[in-house]
Amino acid sequence: MIIASLAFYLFAIMTVGSALMVIVARNPVHSVLFLILAFFSSAGLFVLLGAEFLAMILVIVYVGAVAVLFMFVVMMLDINFVELRQGFLEYMPIGALVAVILLVEIAMVAAAWHFAPEAPEAMAAPLATLGAGHNTEALGNLIYTKYLYLFQGAGVVLLIAMIGAIVLTHRRRPGVKRQDISEQVSRRRDQAVEMKRVEPGQGV
Amino acid sequence: MLEIGLGHYLTVAAILFTLGVFGIFVNRKNVIVIMMSIELMLLAVNINLVAFSAYLQDMVGQVFALFVLTVAAGEAAIGLAILVVYFRNRGSIAVEDIKAMKG
Repeated sequence: MIIASLAFYLFAIMTVGSALMVIVARNPVHSVLFLILAFFSSAGLFVLLGAEFLAMILVIVYVGAVAVLFMFVVMMLDINFVELRQGFLEYMPIGALVAVILLVEIAMVAAAWHFAPEAPEAMAAPLATLGAGHNTEALGNLIYTKYLYLFQGAGVVLLIAMIGAIVLTHRRRPGVKRQDISEQVSRRRDQAVEMKRVEPGQGV
Repeated sequence: MLEIGLGHYLTVAAILFTLGVFGIFVNRKNVIVIMMSIELMLLAVNINLVAFSAYLQDMVGQVFALFVLTVAAGEAAIGLAILVVYFRNRGSIAVEDIKAMKG
């Protein structure tokens, strides 16, 4: 029990600390690396909550795809990041004010919040799918039966995102020679070969 | 203190969400860090969903977290693609310059 508590505090402090560093780091590359650390630590939190599948998905999707995408963009764009840092201290007071107000609001909600009357019964009687073995199995039992259409919809969302990203960033560069099949096939002899009359003793 | 309950996870998520909002306000000029802050906020929402799912013994919260994850991945891809195209056209990613469509 104490190990789980210590693990929670470790992961929680790592998550919050690296999230703070994402915001205040001078170099965006460091920001991305701290973002990866935040994702890793929150994957640890998910494991502590018993959501192993989501933890692994978090590592694969966020660390493996999204963070690397961020890293690519940060390194690919040649940006003067020092210029972008200007105004950091200027916006600090209002940002801190809004953040504190938001935190106080959330705390007030948390203080006045209580479980719905029927929630303890739901907690006492877990879903049949939950008891059916591992977390992954339970999630699969739910996704592929009750939420099948929503799951397919999520796939469509990803497909559209992929197509959109490709269409947005694709460009046809001038001056790059490409194979044009129809032009090759429709080429005729008189376009390709020219008869030259070579005079004797002169060469071409 | 050593007994970890729902409130502990909700606190972490609340702090994470607030840090995301703070990041958007502080890094007004850097779109990349703004997008990272949005990712942090979505992560906070996911922690909330999974914590409630675990403590209410209801798997639907985790299903919802999965969908949030999907949308977050799509959003990051599209946003970064727009950013790359914008940088190609304008040579900068300063947010203040993005007012060409302003009426």
